[in-house]
Amino acid sequence: MEYIGIIIVAIFVNNVVLAQFLGICPFLGVSKKVDTAIGMGAAVTFVLSIATIVTFLLQKGLLEPFGLQYLQTITFILVIASLVQMVEIIIKKVSPPLYQALGVFLPLITTNCVILGVAILVIQKDFTLLSSVVYAVATAAGYALALIIFSTIREQLALTKVPKAMQGVPIALITAGILAMAFMGFSGIDQVF
Amino acid sequence: MAKNIKVLVNGIIKDNPVFVLLLGMCPTLATTSSAINGMSMGLATMFVLVCSNVVISLLKNLIPDLVRIPAFIVVIATFVTIVEMVMNAYLPALADSLGIFIPLIVVNCIVLGRAEAFAAKNNVLSSLFDGIGIGLGFTFALTALGITREFFGSGKIFSVSFFPEDFGVTLFVLAPGAFIALGYLVAVFNKLQRK
Amino acid sequence: MAKLSSSYKNMLLSLLFICLLAAGLLAKMNDMTKAPIADAKALKLEEAIKDVVPEFDNNPVAESYKVATDAGDSLLVYPAKKGDEIVGFAVNSYSDNGFSGNIQVMVGFDTENSVVNYAVLSHAETPGLGSQMVDWFKPQVQEYSLIEKLFGFQVEKVEAKSSIIGKSPKTTQFKVAKDGGDIDAISASTITSRAFLEAVNKAYAAYTQSENYTSTGATIAVDNDTTEIKKN
Repeated sequence: MEYIGIIIVAIFVNNVVLAQFLGICPFLGVSKKVDTAIGMGAAVTFVLSIATIVTFLLQKGLLEPFGLQYLQTITFILVIASLVQMVEIIIKKVSPPLYQALGVFLPLITTNCVILGVAILVIQKDFTLLSSVVYAVATAAGYALALIIFSTIREQLALTKVPKAMQGVPIALITAGILAMAFMGFSGIDQVF
Repeated sequence: MAKNIKVLVNGIIKDNPVFVLLLGMCPTLATTSSAINGMSMGLATMFVLVCSNVVISLLKNLIPDLVRIPAFIVVIATFVTIVEMVMNAYLPALADSLGIFIPLIVVNCIVLGRAEAFAAKNNVLSSLFDGIGIGLGFTFALTALGITREFFGSGKIFSVSFFPEDFGVTLFVLAPGAFIALGYLVAVFNKLQRK
Repeated sequence: MAKLSSSYKNMLLSLLFICLLAAGLLAKMNDMTKAPIADAKALKLEEAIKDVVPEFDNNPVAESYKVATDAGDSLLVYPAKKGDEIVGFAVNSYSDNGFSGNIQVMVGFDTENSVVNYAVLSHAETPGLGSQMVDWFKPQVQEYSLIEKLFGFQVEKVEAKSSIIGKSPKTTQFKVAKDGGDIDAISASTITSRAFLEAVNKAYAAYTQSENYTSTGATIAVDNDTTEIKKN
C-alpha cells in the first residue's frame, strides 16, 4: 500500500515537471512532436531507474560509512555522466534498434536535472532501496506522461494563430501553466489510499 | 577594457540567459515564489558561474580536449558544494527554502554552457566579466520573476505589503503561476527587443 | 603554454590532478564549516524553544528528555524553568501526514495546559498554501498595506477561529472544523491543517505525561530505550 501512495503522488500530485520544476529544459525542447516526446520519456525512465540504484548504493556503501557526505553532489554528477555514456555504448552494441530509438536523447540526459534531483531526493527522504526504485520509476512515468500530454497540445498549438511576441516559448510556458493547473486537481487524491 | 564592459552588458540584456537564451529554466521557475528567494538563487548561481569561469580559463591548457567536459563538471560541482556548505552554515533559513535547487546548480545548463562556450576559449579577465555579466543577467531575470509573482500573489514586494494579501491571486505563488508569469515576461522581453 | 594533447597519460594525469584538487578543497571547506553548521542548527532549536515558552533561565536543551507516546515512538520534551520552578514545556512533535510528508513543530505549553506558542521547524508543504501554517494558527496581526495607508481605508479581515494560542486542548477541540473540531483549517489546505493539529495533539499528550511526572515530585529520567524521533 505504501508503494501505491508513492506512485500516485509521484505521477499525479507532485508531478516532477509541473509541480517540482525538474527537467524543464528538455520538457520545452523536445515536446514539439509526440514521437520525440515518447522517445525522451522512455530514455529518462531507463536512465533514471539505473542511476537511482547506483547512486543509492554508492551513498550507503561508500559515502556514508566514510563520512564523505560532502562529496555527494560531485560524486553523483560524475557517476550519472559516466553512466549515461556507458548506457549509450552498451545499447549501441547490444540492441541497435533500441539505440536508434533512444540514441539521440541519451547525451541530453546528463544535464537533465530530473536524474540528479531524484538521486538526491531519495537520500533526503530517507527511502529504502526498494522505495527509491519505485519512486524513481514513478517519477519517470510522471515525466513521460507530462511530456506526452504537453507534446500533443503543442502539435495543435503549432496550427493556431498566436501574437508575434507570444510565439514559441512564451505560449508554450503559458500552456504548461494551464496544464499544471489541471494537475493541481489531483491534490489530495493519495489520501484515498 | 571596453570589450570586457561590452561582454558584461551583453550578458544582462542582449544575451540574457533566461529571457533570451531560455536556459536554466528549472531554478528560474522553482525558486521565484518570492523576490528574495529568486534573488538569492541568482546570486548563488552567479558565484558559481564566476568562480568556475575563472578557474576553467586558468586551467584550460592543462585539460586535454577529450576529457574537458568531466573536468569542467568537477570544477563546477566543487564550487556548488562550497556554496551549499557556506549557506548551511551562515544562512540556514535561506538554504532551507532553496532546498534541492542549490546542488542542482551543477546541472544548470548556463554554468556548463559558459564554461564550454566562453571560458575554455578566452583569457581570465574576460571570463571573469562574462561570468559577472551572465550571472547578473540571471539574477535580474530571477528577481524580476520573483517580484512579479510575489506582487500578484500576495501583494508584497520583498515582503513590503502593497495591497491587502486577501486580494492577491494565490495562483501566482503556486506552480502554474510560475509558468504563466514567466511566459508573459519572456513575451514582454521579446516585444521590447524587437523594437 | 601549449594545450596538452589528448594522450591517455595526459588525460589521466589531468583528471587526477583536478579531482585531487577538488577533493582537497572540499575536505578543507567541510572542516571549516562543520562547526558553524552545527551551531546554526543548535541556535535554531534554542530560538524555537525561546519563542514558544514563557521566559526561563535554565538550559532546556541540556535538560531535555524523551516521553513515549501511544503511537509507539517518543517525543523530546524541553522543560523551561525560572529559578527552580517549572514555567512551561516545549515539545518537539511531528506528523508524517502532511501534504508533502513530514512536518516538525515545536509546541510550547504553560503549566495550565494552554498552548503558549508554536514554531514550525521544518516542512515541505506547498508554498502559498500549506506553508501558511507557519502563522495561520496564531492570532491574526492586522498589517496595513501601502495602499491602505495611502488612501486611509482599511479592509476588514474576517475573524477566523484558527488561533490555537492561549487555548487548551482540554477545553477546545484541536481538530479542523470539517472534522467536527473548533479550529478553522487553512483555506485549500485541509490536509496540512489536519497534520499540523495532529502534531499539536501529540505534543499535548506528551506534555500531560511529563506534567504528571514532575507534579509527583519524581526526578526526571531519560528513557533511552524508546525509538528515536524520525528525521530530527
